[in-house]
Amino acid sequence: MDEENQVYFVDSDKLPPKALERKHRLEQDPSFRTDPMKYMEGMQAIDSDIKDKVRAAMDHFDYDSYTAKDVQRALSCETCSIEDFKALLSPAAAPFLEQMARKAERATKDHFGNTVYIFTPLYIANYCQNYCIYCGFNCYNNIHRKKLSLEEVDHEMQVIAKSGMEEILILTGESRAYSDVEYIGEAVKIAKKYFRNIGIEIYPVNVDEYKYLHECGVDYVTVFQETYNPVKYETLHLMGRKRVWPYRFDAQERALMGGMRGAGFSALLGLDDFRKDALATALHVYYLNRKYPAAELSLSCPRLRPIVNNEKINPRDVGEKELCQILCAYRIFLPFAGITVSSRESASFRNGITKICATKISAGVSTGIGDHEEKYEGIQEEDAGDEQFEINDTRSLKQMYEDMEKGGLQPVLNDYIYV
Amino acid sequence: MKDPFVLGGKEFSSRFILGSGKYNLDLIKAAVQQGGAQIITLALRRANTKESENILDYIPEGVTLLPNTSGARNAEEAVRIARLSRAMGCGDFVKVEIMRDTKYLFPDNDETVKATEILAKEGFVVLPYMNPDLNAARDLQSAGAAAVMPLAAPIGSNKGLATKEMIQILIDEIDLPIIVDAGIGKPSQACEAMEMGAAAIMANTAIATAGNVPEMAEAFKLAIEAGRKAYLTGMGRVLARGGSASDPLTGFLR
Repeated sequence: MDEENQVYFVDSDKLPPKALERKHRLEQDPSFRTDPMKYMEGMQAIDSDIKDKVRAAMDHFDYDSYTAKDVQRALSCETCSIEDFKALLSPAAAPFLEQMARKAERATKDHFGNTVYIFTPLYIANYCQNYCIYCGFNCYNNIHRKKLSLEEVDHEMQVIAKSGMEEILILTGESRAYSDVEYIGEAVKIAKKYFRNIGIEIYPVNVDEYKYLHECGVDYVTVFQETYNPVKYETLHLMGRKRVWPYRFDAQERALMGGMRGAGFSALLGLDDFRKDALATALHVYYLNRKYPAAELSLSCPRLRPIVNNEKINPRDVGEKELCQILCAYRIFLPFAGITVSSRESASFRNGITKICATKISAGVSTGIGDHEEKYEGIQEEDAGDEQFEINDTRSLKQMYEDMEKGGLQPVLNDYIYV
Repeated sequence: MKDPFVLGGKEFSSRFILGSGKYNLDLIKAAVQQGGAQIITLALRRANTKESENILDYIPEGVTLLPNTSGARNAEEAVRIARLSRAMGCGDFVKVEIMRDTKYLFPDNDETVKATEILAKEGFVVLPYMNPDLNAARDLQSAGAAAVMPLAAPIGSNKGLATKEMIQILIDEIDLPIIVDAGIGKPSQACEAMEMGAAAIMANTAIATAGNVPEMAEAFKLAIEAGRKAYLTGMGRVLARGGSASDPLTGFLR
């Protein structure tokens, strides 16, 4: 039994005895779970060697072997090699954080100037058919479930668009049954009326489905791998289609094959060894960039947060300093990649990190379902669905815009028009 | 001496073009006031926004807009962006930029030639951004380009005239203004390109990331003017190696 995972287990008294029994068996008995490396029905396998490259690099990453000398060499190099990047992720780099930040700041200025993009996420459904033990939406968690009707989607988007937002990220819980591809496609078509740029963060789908969603108006696909370590992954994602590690890994590549303009990547830092997960995330981007040089790739860096019914969940050994070190290393290694910092982080961290290396931040965020009018305009919504996780930075678009300008940055709401 | 820079039938007294990739109000103000820039490029995909960061609000009167097609990944997209730009009232000037690479933003010469041909036929003043290659530059000239804009170094790199020899060949062989675009990191490099015979310099990052933006804008202005003057005057001789022998080798000839 995985001692480390005990903190995530919460039993709801609303669960029928049979479901509770099944939940416990999934938690305690690995043989009761399906093979996480085996594709389930309907999952498309593509020909790609990127998984193997990333896994091999991660397995051989001995971060304690790097010294201050390696870090200094990495900081003095003009082009950051994979070896240099590993040194920058190592504990030996911690005393060099300020120098890393300076170098990262220069790289960001060279590639992005002083711009910072602002967007907002919109959760349209929180139904989920997976048991991911750390997530507020997991199917055994007793939360208020909701799926917006298309009329409600339209209304929510109208409220958001009124605030001036031009880019939206549409999210769902991972349930094909409740939120099928067609439903998401229809939501995207509505979004096209109100927004200039549309991304999705939904369960991974096949190439033809990404192609369909692209035709509906999606340009960016974000999929978080959570952890790149398949052994740990297996102990966290106990049930459902999300349990299949390799299908999830190839999602971004399938999205690009389906015609998407860009893709987003991340591990959920704190789930496993964060240095190895950071290495794997960046290499995932690195190898995909070599294979698809026209694709716009970006990184996120979420840390674990408390969820409804479990206040104890925390980012463990990933403090703000560690997070900053990872982000500076990302920037130095992948100067061309966008870096998004979510509202899981505090306002002061986000103000500071946008000056160093982050290029995109969310504002006016709610991770609940159907409560934008309440949050934006104070109109009470009685039937809102519960949130995926607790956010930290609650600033509105207007506030964020002003704060970024105060920090000497140029906020950008959109840089792409359809022709 | 009057030495106007003629582009698409328009006369300019300044040979400094401001790129707008890293835009902000202070940079544009400085480039126009201290740098004397009369042409400012405009990423069309950024222009048409509703909010207050609209770059069109920042462009002072009397400055010529040079809309670019950045974000285009092929000729077809570039042509569509250019047509949209004209429809929006941004004029006939267009800088063609086509990239299939997000890391170095390297221009795709083949697609650029295709787009240039289509747009020139439609009456656009086409200024193509390109990787300095003589054959491609000749194709651009035949396709109807109004100037050729070779990169000096990867965009935003501030590395200076990394492609100096190639650019010199274009200056020598192509009967169009050669505008050095991308990679110029210091006034001295801008000056050097002008001494070589470049018609104008486009810069952005070098000024945008300088310690003092207005001062750097002025430094670029002066450097570009100095280089132009040196080119027009005719450069003094430069000895390739060693000193000059006092006894001529051919002294024995009668």
